[in-house]
Amino acid sequence: MKFIFDSDVWQEIFGSIKKSKLRTAITIIGVLWGIFLFITLLGAARGMENGFDKEFKNLATNSIFLWAQSTSMPNKGFQRGRQLRLKRQDVEAINKQVPEIAFVVPRDVQGVFGGPPAKVKRKTNSKTYKLFGDYPTLDNVNKVKILAGRFINVNDIDNEKKICIIGEKVVDELFEIDEKPVGDYLEINGSFFQIVGTYKDNGNSFEGDDSIYIPFSTFRKINNTGDNIGWMVIAAHKEADILKVEKDVKTILRRRHNVHQEDERAFGSFNFGEMFAKITGFVKGIKFLTWFVGISTLIAGVIAIGSILLITVKERTNEIGIRRALGATPSNIKGQIVLESVFLTLVAGILGIIFGGLVLIIINSTLAGGDGFPFVNPTVNIPIAIGAVFALVTFGSLIGMIPAQRAVSIRPIEALRDE
Amino acid sequence: MIKIENLHKSYPMGKESLHVLKGLNLHIKEGEFVSIMGASGSGKSTLLNIVGLLDIHDEGAYYLNGQLIEKLDEKKAAVLRNKFLGFVFQSFNLIAYKTALENVALPLYYKGVGRKERQEIAMQYLDKVELKDWANHLPGELSGGQKQRVAIARALVTQPKVVLADEPTGALDSTTSNSVMELLKEINREGMTVFVITHEEEIANDTDRIVRLRDGVIISDEKVKKNINV
Repeated sequence: MKFIFDSDVWQEIFGSIKKSKLRTAITIIGVLWGIFLFITLLGAARGMENGFDKEFKNLATNSIFLWAQSTSMPNKGFQRGRQLRLKRQDVEAINKQVPEIAFVVPRDVQGVFGGPPAKVKRKTNSKTYKLFGDYPTLDNVNKVKILAGRFINVNDIDNEKKICIIGEKVVDELFEIDEKPVGDYLEINGSFFQIVGTYKDNGNSFEGDDSIYIPFSTFRKINNTGDNIGWMVIAAHKEADILKVEKDVKTILRRRHNVHQEDERAFGSFNFGEMFAKITGFVKGIKFLTWFVGISTLIAGVIAIGSILLITVKERTNEIGIRRALGATPSNIKGQIVLESVFLTLVAGILGIIFGGLVLIIINSTLAGGDGFPFVNPTVNIPIAIGAVFALVTFGSLIGMIPAQRAVSIRPIEALRDE
Repeated sequence: MIKIENLHKSYPMGKESLHVLKGLNLHIKEGEFVSIMGASGSGKSTLLNIVGLLDIHDEGAYYLNGQLIEKLDEKKAAVLRNKFLGFVFQSFNLIAYKTALENVALPLYYKGVGRKERQEIAMQYLDKVELKDWANHLPGELSGGQKQRVAIARALVTQPKVVLADEPTGALDSTTSNSVMELLKEINREGMTVFVITHEEEIANDTDRIVRLRDGVIISDEKVKKNINV
């Protein structure tokens, strides 16, 4: 090990590198390109993963949206085409009977699925907006970004309070810039509601910025919906098989609503978990591809170093013969060649990491943060970068063994004869 | 210093085997100046390679400085070469990208001598061969005679027991040949054992003892009669 720190050894190495500058440069570029691609690809894949994470961070990703439609098969004396409505009791039943479910959030809305939106008045301004009846638990499946005030709480539900949370756009349209909406009142569908909070679209909600939330119980009371609910969001535990949950839930609902078990159209759903799993799978695939391509390129680069050194050794046969006649032991010779290989790979590797990092910084500043393209903070972990350098050193020394072994396998006498 | 008993060496040549040395006996004492004469193919280079520990013999015994040479691995051979032997080659065999000084210092590097001391010793030996002013020149900038003198300085720098010279004047004209031989004589006068291989009578006559080889056997071994009217 001592010889690594021997300045004479390094002088020998620099001597032989200086002797063939062009070849050394080309060799270094081979490995540099390999690790550069490796780092850039890995960083880009990471950026994409981060981007998707950011897109979906406000959502319970393992979830289903479920609503009632009309039957398509006759059953138990009922004709086909019967309109179904989800009930509050369904929510409780599902919650009890499917153990994989974390929670079920019933929701209702005016002005999205047919029917006129809610009329909203303030002073002389009058407009229409989507009106949602919700539980506080909505926060768990699709986070509401509160700007000021608060969201609906349990107390609001229990007391059927006339309070509302309004979107940014509603604020813009109904209030002057210097007015504070929280604490003020709005007339919604003819009755007055106190504003307790304002919110901003989180990027994934279909409420947008131009909706109004009121407590579910209040919604039910003013719209006279009784036990009916609009639709529900079912969130399963993280590891649960979301497709099975969907099937189980539908089986229960069909039974409860006297629907034929083969009637696939009675209840509609959108399986968000399934879609998310596909995206996750896609990102995983890209990551795998990145590793595969990156490592392959790296190996190709290192092999290039090995073959170049093999040529160098052949060219230097005579020199090696002289050195051995002068008293160089085989391990002197081997050590020098292996160290030369490691040194070249290391320099190339570090340069490659630096260039890769620069490219990632440039990509980050041009692409990231832009809308519509999921790409955030493309980085490579320090341990991975260090690991790559270590792998290079290992590959470099392993591949260096081949020319080194060749160099000492030639007997000095033959080496000296080689002119 | 060098003692050889019944030395045999053959090289495989395809299916046949070429018997190059056929039972040599030779004894060279410390301080002798010996030349081995012979035509090409007589086995003189093979003898030098075995004596120089660059090759191994098949049969017989070889004592270097009283030590029996046997079961020699490359590492051991390298250490012995460094310690006991200095080489001078026909084609100089200097390393092209190193200066004269660095070339001379190289054996000391493998001996494990520190950098500064190495340079100093190498400089002394370059001075001895009168090339001190050329210390920082590359071999390509030196004449043939100068190159061989650098090579001799390199052979001497570890203070070996024997200097082995393989056709040291083979690539030189007669004037420079003479100066190289004078240098070898001078070294010998200082007590060094010098072992020269040549096919030139004139060169051999400059030494003290001529051993003639033909077809792998020694055909004569006699002292040179010197003209005393120098």
